Amino acid sequence: MNMQATMSLRRGGVSLRRVIEGTLKAFFFLSASVCVLATFGIFFSIIFEALRFFQQVSPVAFFFGLEWSPQTAIRTDQVGQSGSFGLVPVLAGTLLITSIAIAIAAPIGLLIAIYMSEYAAPKTRNLTKPLIEMLAGIPTVVYGFFAALTLAPIVRDVGRYFEFEIASESALAAGLVMGVMIIPFVSSLCDDVIRAVPLSLREGSYGLGATQSETITLTLLPAALPGIASALLLALSRAIGETMIVVMAAGLAANLTLNPFDAVTTVTVQIVSLLVGDHEFDSTKTLSAFALALTLFMITLLLNVVALRIVHKYRQRYE
Amino acid sequence: MNSAVLPQRIRTRLRRRHAAEKRFRCYGVVALCFALAFLFVLLATIIINGAGVLIHKRMLFEVVVSEHHGDRYGAMIKDSWKAQFPEVTERRQRRALYGLISRDAEFLLRERLADVPVPDNGIVVLSVPFSSDAGEFLETDPDKRDSFSKRLSTEQRGWLERIEAGGKVETVFNSDFFLNADSREPEVAGILGALIGSMLTMCVTFLFSFPVGVMAAVYLEEFAAKGRLFRFIEVNINNLAAVPSIVFGLLGLAVFIGLFGVPRSTPLVGGLVLGLMTLPTIIIATRAALQAVPSSLRYAALALGATPMQAVLHQGLPSAMPGIFTGAIIGMAQALGETAPLLMIGMVAFVADIPDGFTSASTALPVQVFLWADSPERGFVEKTSAAILVLLAFLAVMNSAAIYLRKKFELKW
Repeated sequence: MNMQATMSLRRGGVSLRRVIEGTLKAFFFLSASVCVLATFGIFFSIIFEALRFFQQVSPVAFFFGLEWSPQTAIRTDQVGQSGSFGLVPVLAGTLLITSIAIAIAAPIGLLIAIYMSEYAAPKTRNLTKPLIEMLAGIPTVVYGFFAALTLAPIVRDVGRYFEFEIASESALAAGLVMGVMIIPFVSSLCDDVIRAVPLSLREGSYGLGATQSETITLTLLPAALPGIASALLLALSRAIGETMIVVMAAGLAANLTLNPFDAVTTVTVQIVSLLVGDHEFDSTKTLSAFALALTLFMITLLLNVVALRIVHKYRQRYE
Repeated sequence: MNSAVLPQRIRTRLRRRHAAEKRFRCYGVVALCFALAFLFVLLATIIINGAGVLIHKRMLFEVVVSEHHGDRYGAMIKDSWKAQFPEVTERRQRRALYGLISRDAEFLLRERLADVPVPDNGIVVLSVPFSSDAGEFLETDPDKRDSFSKRLSTEQRGWLERIEAGGKVETVFNSDFFLNADSREPEVAGILGALIGSMLTMCVTFLFSFPVGVMAAVYLEEFAAKGRLFRFIEVNINNLAAVPSIVFGLLGLAVFIGLFGVPRSTPLVGGLVLGLMTLPTIIIATRAALQAVPSSLRYAALALGATPMQAVLHQGLPSAMPGIFTGAIIGMAQALGETAPLLMIGMVAFVADIPDGFTSASTALPVQVFLWADSPERGFVEKTSAAILVLLAFLAVMNSAAIYLRKKFELKW
């Protein structure tokens, strides 16, 4: 009888524990689903508002329009305030600035990665690696401040010295600083990729009498190419979504140009300028920010998916 | 191998190849130096611009408190100031004169009179900041003061130099910068409001993202069946980590503010948005830390009769804690420097009060940097750099804490 009492007590204990553990597990699952909810929240909140925008402005006019001036005219004769929502000049500006950034970050980041993984003595590496990581830890608003207040005047003065007119909010200054910002991103990703190349390839190349640089350019880099490509795509996606540098250093007017010395605007700059401050939530102007955000979200998502695909394929080849 | 026996053709080729090797190595050094030089110039510019904020000039100012002004403190200040320059009679001159001391002086007087009773002779000695331009003028070396010719008139400069010669100007530690909230006047604008706002925001971020992130990671690592749902959640986490930060701001605007009615411009909504952004970092770090715990520990716990839940809660998680905290601190440091999403949810408003709760309007440190950088007044350039230095100092402390924890963690297994 005594034994039975213990048994029932234990059974009670076991079931209580089971209830607690079950509840805990449910909480754990709920936490994991917050991420899914967030993704869906982002997607639906953007697409819902974007659809309302597309009811007022046709998607064709948005995606292929060559003029962007979201302010609606109060008087009919006002110039440059026609309330037209053409994505092309904004997207072109984004691509111009990010191309400059990638043109800086890709070679420099890659060379740093090569130097760090192949040449640098452990002492140098231990000293410089945290410094490069510091570049990644500096908030983007600081880069923006530097670009707008220090670099842009320098760029303009250099242009003036060569008797060349450079806008004070030139794409060049913003792109340059953005390039430096993503250098650590490129270099750390490329570093990992280069280290992942099997030792046998490297040693085979040395065995054939190649110098170190020949091994790197003729063996390691081709072998690491897919990884490097995906690193660059990820860097590109980060550059496209970058906001503060361009808000502070790039322009507001949407010029359709490929000249890096002109002022251009970007998708993120337009989103900020449309949504900061007081605004009625229903106007076409406000809703257009969500259409821009949808474009931005889709582009970065696409770049990331492609990049991860490449990495995935590449891994399979060596394992 | 003796190089003498090599044919000339090969020797030249070898020389060329070795030169190419050297060149290639140089490219690497040059690239590294470029990045480091940029870092150096960036930090040096900000330190040089911002260090000046630590000290500033104030004036020991004798204010005559007269009955007939009642509580018009501004008038008392103006009268006492004017009295020191009997030759000033014209209205234009008077205005130029008033422009030299901070507009905050009347508030200082009001505060002083609220605390201390007026002495019998009716004279209160007050330490008053100069206006931004005047302060900068006095801080400049006397030989280099000509550069101010555009910002201050010859008359104004003469008055300032007279005050200075009278020994009324003191150089003191600028406690205003650390103890005031934002202001329209650069000379009295301070960082404290933004700092408190940032701390409140970080509290919310931590309270939201840390438990949720750790629980999600435990679920994925220990309990989830590695099936389709698992893959789906994993993909979602990776996507979330890659979404541009400004898009999170739009989520906050549309969902938290629009749908749930969380008050705009508050640390609460800011913290939630940043928390969502930090979530992937914490989850990834926690999963890595849990994976690094030797499985022998878990097996031992299970063998002693622990349920899987007990094994995780009593053995796995405590052993993984240093790694989890490292990840959490790094994530929080990223969130602390984040600006763009906060712009979207209205934390850019001008807030002259120090926020006193999670639902009072506030800004955050990086947003303050943005706001000051955007202000046209020259005095804000120095303030911006100083605010950046405060922000960087916080980031440095957080990152060193993370490195310290990681080092400790590495020793353990």
